[in-house]
Amino acid sequence: MNNESFTRELVLPGDVLDAGTMKPGEGTYVDDGKIFAAMLGIKSVKSNFVNVIPLGGRYIPAPGDMIIGKVMDIGPSNWLIDIFSPYPAPLHVNEVPWRVEFGDTARYLGVGDTLLAKVLMVDETKRVQVTMKEQGLRKLQGGQIVEIAHSKVPRVIGKNGSMIQMIKTYTNCRIFIGQNGRIWMDGNMEDMDHAVQAIKMIDEGAQTLKLTERVKEFLESVYRKEE
Amino acid sequence: MKLIDENGIRTDGRKVDELRPIKIEAGVLKNADGSAYVEVGKNKVLAAVYGPRECHPRHMQNPAKAIIQCRYNMISFSVSDRKRPGPDRRSVEISKLISEALDYVVFTENYPRTSIDVYIEVLQANAGTRCAGLTAAAVALADAGIPMRDIVPSVAAGKVNDTVVLDLNKEEDNYGQADLPIAMIPRTGEVLLMQMDGHLTKDEFDQALEMGVKACKEIYEVQKDALRRRYAVVNGESEEDSKEEPMEDSNVESKEEPMEDSKEEPMENSKEEPEMTEED
Repeated sequence: MNNESFTRELVLPGDVLDAGTMKPGEGTYVDDGKIFAAMLGIKSVKSNFVNVIPLGGRYIPAPGDMIIGKVMDIGPSNWLIDIFSPYPAPLHVNEVPWRVEFGDTARYLGVGDTLLAKVLMVDETKRVQVTMKEQGLRKLQGGQIVEIAHSKVPRVIGKNGSMIQMIKTYTNCRIFIGQNGRIWMDGNMEDMDHAVQAIKMIDEGAQTLKLTERVKEFLESVYRKEE
Repeated sequence: MKLIDENGIRTDGRKVDELRPIKIEAGVLKNADGSAYVEVGKNKVLAAVYGPRECHPRHMQNPAKAIIQCRYNMISFSVSDRKRPGPDRRSVEISKLISEALDYVVFTENYPRTSIDVYIEVLQANAGTRCAGLTAAAVALADAGIPMRDIVPSVAAGKVNDTVVLDLNKEEDNYGQADLPIAMIPRTGEVLLMQMDGHLTKDEFDQALEMGVKACKEIYEVQKDALRRRYAVVNGESEEDSKEEPMEDSNVESKEEPMEDSKEEPMENSKEEPEMTEED
């Protein structure tokens, strides 16, 4: 028995997923002995659990996620970060790599600043805490942000990062992808434009198989012209 | 006023238990998290869903669950006598009813302290707008990826010329004898909304309810079909592997850092070749 099988079947809320043998996973609910889909998504079965992978919906933070956030508000001992989710996340002064005096918070991060952070923890009432204290987390200067549906993030990354690596190689931009569907990039104007277009292609067009090749073709056609 | 002729045919050519033609499109507004456009006969209704998002006003937020704030509104040009813009008592009542109906099906416990905002705008009205509105709102909620028990259809039955009929149009509503809008979960038969204007005997009520229930099942199929059509193209790609496996390694990338291959799983192959050879 393999650990998973993809039925790639679109399910809607209220659709019957299974009537007996399997166990309910994420995105499902049980009623009357049967398992039903709770949201619009793709049915997936893994080791006897039947789940629904949502196709839309807001990003719900999970501990360990790397995200790109924007400072919304400043307090004397913390900043409030918008992480593109129903819940804003406070960033405490103890969770940043700089030594900040009480009340001096505005000097390090101002309202509107973009940063790369990690979700530290999420409690039962969905209160989120983020941190910047890890390797690689930092304030992002300049560049621009593209927003996509958070469920499309794995597609933008691709297998072993192949898709995003391809985009980075062609466009010569630095790109960071946040789990929350925000992508930051920096490069020169034209290159960034191409990268944005490529990413939008992925976000909108999960239509055809061989998405990778279409994106590659697009990038090639754009860059071949410029040589 | 004669609304039904001798052969049981109504003013618009329908039989007593026939629905008006219904058209539903999901995902019509790009800014909204979820949206739907519904036409029922001459009714044209647009629904948009935003959320779950931070709850404003703050004092309404519920620490245990999300609240559903629905706003039903009729656009000034939706009726032939210009309707003054802004909520009136009828709109407020309808908003309340629809919020409560939706609150029953949405899994609000998953999103404490947030609000799910549902906006219903009637662009053209021809009786039965609250039903069309709720029908649209349910599709919009599903389109927004909000977890719910089921998609909710809604329809109105009533009585004209002493005959129980389904899905009243404007003349039938204005000159008829009773109007009974209902909303329900087709699978379990639970009723989420029911109102009545006019007079019905117990038997007539049973008849009307039965007609309404049957029609709801039809509308339910149209709602589902609209969602399936909207997402049919996405279905071609496999996106399942995304949710469970965290992809932290590939998130933070700069040209200098090497890629760590920590949690990659073999099934990621599916991203490039959607032809899976997994057996059942």
